[in-house]
Amino acid sequence: MRAAISAENLTVSYDDFLALDNVSIDVASGESFGLVGESGSGKSTLLRAIAGLAPIAGGKIMLDGKTLDARHRDKAFYRRVQMVFQDPYGSLHPRQTVDRLLQEPLAIHGVGDAERRILRALDEVGLGSSFRFRYSHQLSGGQRQRIAIARALIIEPEIMLLDEPTSALDASVQAEVLNLLEQVRRDRKLTYIMVSHDLGVVTHMCERLAVMKSGKVVERLSSGDLVAGRISDAYTKNLMVASKGFVRKVALA
Amino acid sequence: MNPMLTVDDLRVSFPTRTGLIEAVRGVSFTLGRERLGIVGESGSGKSQTGRAIMGLTPAHARISASRLNFDGTDLLAAPAKVRRSLRGSRIAMILQDPKYSLNPVMSIGRQIVETLRTHENVGKREARDRAIAMLEAVQIRDAERVFDLHPHEVSGGMGQRAMIAMMLIAGPELLIADEPTSALDVTVQLDVLRILDKLVAERGMGLIFISHDLRLVSSFCDRVIVMYAGRIVEEIAAGDLANAKHPYTQGLLNCMPTLGSDRHPLPVLDRKPEWAA
Repeated sequence: MRAAISAENLTVSYDDFLALDNVSIDVASGESFGLVGESGSGKSTLLRAIAGLAPIAGGKIMLDGKTLDARHRDKAFYRRVQMVFQDPYGSLHPRQTVDRLLQEPLAIHGVGDAERRILRALDEVGLGSSFRFRYSHQLSGGQRQRIAIARALIIEPEIMLLDEPTSALDASVQAEVLNLLEQVRRDRKLTYIMVSHDLGVVTHMCERLAVMKSGKVVERLSSGDLVAGRISDAYTKNLMVASKGFVRKVALA
Repeated sequence: MNPMLTVDDLRVSFPTRTGLIEAVRGVSFTLGRERLGIVGESGSGKSQTGRAIMGLTPAHARISASRLNFDGTDLLAAPAKVRRSLRGSRIAMILQDPKYSLNPVMSIGRQIVETLRTHENVGKREARDRAIAMLEAVQIRDAERVFDLHPHEVSGGMGQRAMIAMMLIAGPELLIADEPTSALDVTVQLDVLRILDKLVAERGMGLIFISHDLRLVSSFCDRVIVMYAGRIVEEIAAGDLANAKHPYTQGLLNCMPTLGSDRHPLPVLDRKPEWAA
């Protein structure tokens, strides 16, 4: 399988702080790849570095085998790679209607036929055309995240970068958004890179994943291995225990 | 046994331009020295229930109950002064995100001391010692150093522990924890829960644990109340959750992706209008 996107020895530093330390991943075309770890482990930084939102100090990122410029990404890149952010309350412009929000990427990329595309994008994320002229404050968290997904999908990218797309949502709404993401990936044969701190979510959505800690990848494994407990790294085991939820120690009873 | 807290037909509503929003619509339960979980989605009224008990309902809201009784005090009839003396000293509340709920311009130690000295007549020296002891009780290593730090200088897990310390220092009998770990990392969540669990057990407090995570609540509490659209749809012993009858409870239980379950697509809630009736 061909790598759609890959990072080689990628390093990101903020002054003296190494946010990413020699990280390499490769994601095949059509694959869904997960990144897990706690806050500050560098999982979001990796995603942001791929999107061109973090200062790259070393290493390289390749799209379809071609190395990307460390500082500048052209429009063609963003036409192919789009990102969905964690907080749907912060990532939508508060004074723009849904219609205006969805026009923006079309205008930037010079895509015509806006009318039809907007209606189709809204339909695809399960919101009817009645949502078109609402402001984001008139929407619930789950609806906002659907708009953010529609905004990313409207220019028909190949790769979606998902930064904790459901962690700000209720469990019941999370299920709906995860189903939506799976559905569009199947329909459009998209490649996903998904960041989450929830092992349940990542194993549900992704075939392979990388566990990160302090800016490094500590383990790479398949979801199957993770579920079956074929884990070699102590930190991954720790995450596994945590994801099982709270267990009262018998001694306390 | 006389229950510590009795809530009977509690209603909270907010008048808005578009009409009256009923956030809580007739909630009734009693609480002894036990751990009670309140679960529901955003907007189900779970937080407003907790806030009404604490006396933090916004002034423009309408609140009524046929009984809202804490240890012999009628909370709704009690004058503001009485409620102030209860709040913090006998009923305490842990909020969701330490980033927003701690005072950013006051050191952690001073905030804890402030709570203590508001409710008890203790000297500065003793207050400081007790605050440091309390920080140690929530398993903060190097409590002397953390005492002088400001909230922005500590991590989320540490901030939440400081908040627990602040809430427990006056020795409350009832603790309301509103999503105490939702803003924290999974690994840190467990530490904070373990500390909370230990302190609640040691001090024999009553606990109301509010969360949208049904699994978490059921592993932590003795009894769970499930709320939907301002009403209680089901009350169930935590151990019995697998036998939950209401489709909403079952839906909440099933919609989480868990390790090892291969369900594509995930089951989603099919919200029925009669649930809200």
